[in-house]
Amino acid sequence: MFDSGSDTRFRKLGTINRRMFIFSAAKAVVLFGIIGRLFSLQINESNKYLTLSDKNRLRESRLPPIRGEFKDYFEETIAGNLRVYQLHVVPEQVEDFKSLIIRLRDILNFDNRKLVQLIKKKNKQKPWETLIISENLSWDEFSKINFYLHELAGAKPVITVGRNYPHKGSFTHILGYVAQVSENDLIESEIIRERNVPGLRVGKLGLEKTFENQLIGTNSIQRFEVNAYGKKINQIDYKEGLKGKSIRLTIDSEIQKYTNELLSEKAGSISVMDIYTGEIIAMNSAPTFDPNLFLYGIDKNEWSKIKNDPKKPLLNKTLSGLYSPGSTIKPLVALSALEHDAISPDMKVKCNGKVEMYGHTYHCWKKKGHGYMSLKNAIKQSCDIYFYEAARLLGVDKLNLTANKFGLGKKTLENYFPNEKPGVFPSTKWKKQAIGQNWYLGETFITGIGQGYVQTNPLQLCLMTAQLANGGHKIYPKIIADENIGNAEKIKNKMLRQIENHNEEDENLKTTAEEFITNKKDDHMPLYRNPENVKFVLDAMFRSTNEIYGTSFSSRIDDPKYQFAGKTGTSQVKRITEEERELDLDLNLIPYKQRDHAWFIAFGPYKDPRYAVSILVEHGGSGSKAAAPIAKKLFKKIIDRHELREKYKPKIIKSA
Amino acid sequence: MLNRFTYTNEQTFFQKLKSIDWILVFCILLIGLISFFAMYSTDGGEIKFYTKNHILRFGIFFSMMFLIAFINIKFWHSISYLFYFIVLGLLVAASFYGITASGSQRWINLYFINLQPSELMKIAIIAFFAKYYHRMQITQVNKIVNILIPFVVLVIPIFLVVTQPDLGTSVLIALSGIMVLWLAGINLKFFVYSSLLLVISAPFVISFLKPYQKLRILTFFNPDKDPLGAGYQIIQSKIAVGSGGLYGKGFLKGTQGYLEFLPEKHTDFIFTLFSEEFGFLGSFILLILYTVMIYRIVSIGFQSRSFFGRLFCFGFASAIFIFIAVNMCMVLGLLPIVGSPLPIMSYGGSSMLATMLGFGIVMSAKIYQRQLII
Repeated sequence: MFDSGSDTRFRKLGTINRRMFIFSAAKAVVLFGIIGRLFSLQINESNKYLTLSDKNRLRESRLPPIRGEFKDYFEETIAGNLRVYQLHVVPEQVEDFKSLIIRLRDILNFDNRKLVQLIKKKNKQKPWETLIISENLSWDEFSKINFYLHELAGAKPVITVGRNYPHKGSFTHILGYVAQVSENDLIESEIIRERNVPGLRVGKLGLEKTFENQLIGTNSIQRFEVNAYGKKINQIDYKEGLKGKSIRLTIDSEIQKYTNELLSEKAGSISVMDIYTGEIIAMNSAPTFDPNLFLYGIDKNEWSKIKNDPKKPLLNKTLSGLYSPGSTIKPLVALSALEHDAISPDMKVKCNGKVEMYGHTYHCWKKKGHGYMSLKNAIKQSCDIYFYEAARLLGVDKLNLTANKFGLGKKTLENYFPNEKPGVFPSTKWKKQAIGQNWYLGETFITGIGQGYVQTNPLQLCLMTAQLANGGHKIYPKIIADENIGNAEKIKNKMLRQIENHNEEDENLKTTAEEFITNKKDDHMPLYRNPENVKFVLDAMFRSTNEIYGTSFSSRIDDPKYQFAGKTGTSQVKRITEEERELDLDLNLIPYKQRDHAWFIAFGPYKDPRYAVSILVEHGGSGSKAAAPIAKKLFKKIIDRHELREKYKPKIIKSA
Repeated sequence: MLNRFTYTNEQTFFQKLKSIDWILVFCILLIGLISFFAMYSTDGGEIKFYTKNHILRFGIFFSMMFLIAFINIKFWHSISYLFYFIVLGLLVAASFYGITASGSQRWINLYFINLQPSELMKIAIIAFFAKYYHRMQITQVNKIVNILIPFVVLVIPIFLVVTQPDLGTSVLIALSGIMVLWLAGINLKFFVYSSLLLVISAPFVISFLKPYQKLRILTFFNPDKDPLGAGYQIIQSKIAVGSGGLYGKGFLKGTQGYLEFLPEKHTDFIFTLFSEEFGFLGSFILLILYTVMIYRIVSIGFQSRSFFGRLFCFGFASAIFIFIAVNMCMVLGLLPIVGSPLPIMSYGGSSMLATMLGFGIVMSAKIYQRQLII
């Protein structure tokens, strides 16, 4: 190493040093590569990665929106929001989930089936996701939980907002109900899809469904920072959502509730309408059910009880129930015959209790017969034979024209209740198209007494009555309070003027029409050719109720303040055989399903009419015995509340 | 020459202290300090398990480095082979009695520390080759025997580590060894031949790889293909670094790390976390510190009179550089994810021990730079 190695030593040294230099150069290149990469990531593409990082860590959590309320005419809440007491558990924060849930079971007294369901649910979700133990605790249960809270580590009593229907079943057929979002709701509505969060409840039926988009409100939004496993770490931002719009109806809760009482234990329908404005003051269908049951998922037994009830509580009979109108159609038949000059008011027909035509026998409800009848008496005593003749002279097609004008065979509240059934008012053309057969004259006869093909829903008959009572003017029923509310006086005057000037070409009429905000051209316009004909029919209806031998005489009110005029109807459910006719069975002896439907239509007070009603009692027997007495009670209530309604000026008028 | 020999032996303690490369020490300390902050951040801004352990280990091994530094380089030269064989023995022990964690048997329990012998092998192989070529004439280097022996010495530990299995460490051991072989003067053609051989045999080697290792290599070429699977680490790491920007998100404000999007944030991905919080500037400063550190090691090598000292310094400097480069390229998405810690910064006792051991010998080479080793 000291001598000979000296040369190789230097060569070795040279090699090592040279190679180290080469290395260092390579290192420098790599170093610049790394710095370049850092530069490109952190400076050139910094924004892209910053966005990605925010996307990683920020999550938005939307809370259920607060639903708008339904108010009645007097702005009393009929579908509101209530504090709801719930019990939540976040399994992650619980040391011993099993013992906690068993302790909760003992406190809240729920059964083992629910216990198993809860445990199943818990196992399905992530440990930090909230498990709702109970969606709707009573105040007692809630306070009990709070009392024991110190030994229930992990249980969280929560107060939130939920739907509440304070009048229970009274408004079910108008408002419908809300329940948990279903797959169908999500498919159908973009707004629901957009605002859907667990626990959201949406309208399933009725106005709750129709006005869903306005009622629903917007979500409050919480922004959270989450970690890589999706667990919420802390709240960064909170944006409060807007409450849904409140909607005011024309309904008077007091009357609505009263109609519910009047129909208790019965199946049927009551409608009350303002004859000038078309405001629906009450609209009930019985029996009904409590919409609150659906909020948190209905019990299986409860559901099958409702579903299998022979009185069909799920059916909104007022709009979706179709019935033969029976004799309640007679005022309209009389009007049509007069308007078309088919008969004169003085025409007399002899009633023998039955009449034979074209080989068929047609009966009058009164087996003995009415004897010689004029038109007025025929309406008053509801003589069927007279109306067979009137209908024969009139013809079904002309009758159909008048019926259509007065709203039969057409939907009345189509925009609000999509499941309303329009019913049928037949004509020869209709039969050809719908059934493919020719019209038989015999069918005209029974159409004249509201049997056969005629199918109406109770609200149509109420509308018909209202349009007769206001002197024969077109109105559109409304259930949502709008700007035209409180215009009854103006509309009434306009209609009176139209009656006075009906023969003159009056240009002023067209200008007065513009006073009212309405998008319907024919609103408030006459439906008659001669207003005297309408008056004639109204007078006949008055006699039917207020004169002896009138079919609803026993239900009359003599006090002019409440005095009303009406027409009974009894609609057959099945064809009556000869033997049955002979037997003339007592109502209680006929099976429920085969009993006649009882009808009554009326308006009042007679001196200055304002309200029209239609009453249906399904399988109630005769109209005069089952339906007319209800009207007596109802009119007292309606007219007692009339002044209140007139005086009521809402603080804020909102249009729907 | 004899004069010099005596001169080096007669250094006083203060002379030795004075001749320590203080710039290197300063760099190590500074990087250590940075690593404390980074570790503190991974613990969510509290001094917890990782921070405590890291500081403790740094302290112990940093003191150990000085101890080693004051021992004559001659001693380190004399025990180099022994050191290699001890580590090799530990590797063998690890493959029989080792502790298995996350599918790999690479630790042995020494009661006070869970030692990862493969980390120590990274240094041992350098020391072994430095001694092996210390006395060899340049003319002897390219003889077949002198190529076969180092080849066997290199392949045995690599094989042991691969079978643990630990692909990353075995690659790093191989690179450390090859680096010294090349510095020692082995002809370039042998490297070319063996590279060719490697390329040809690659398909066979790959067929021996574990499925997860194959997946990692595949993911490297297309990380977006399976963003929640194997590519997740690369993507999240790039997001963390990229979102840091020029100045970073600020100390303790890195969301990717804090919210646990970063995998292995204490160990292999510590640079990502640091880079997210301190941005391009911070990363650049860290890189400069590492560069200065490597430069200092290299210059100590140049001053070293013995070939052992010189080769060890050069080899160690190259190895450290490779560890840093592989780690950074990995977290920046330039190389596949293989387990490779960032020296000093990463949490891990064995890695810290090996690094400080290396620094200690380098320091010793500095203090005894005039020492002749016969």
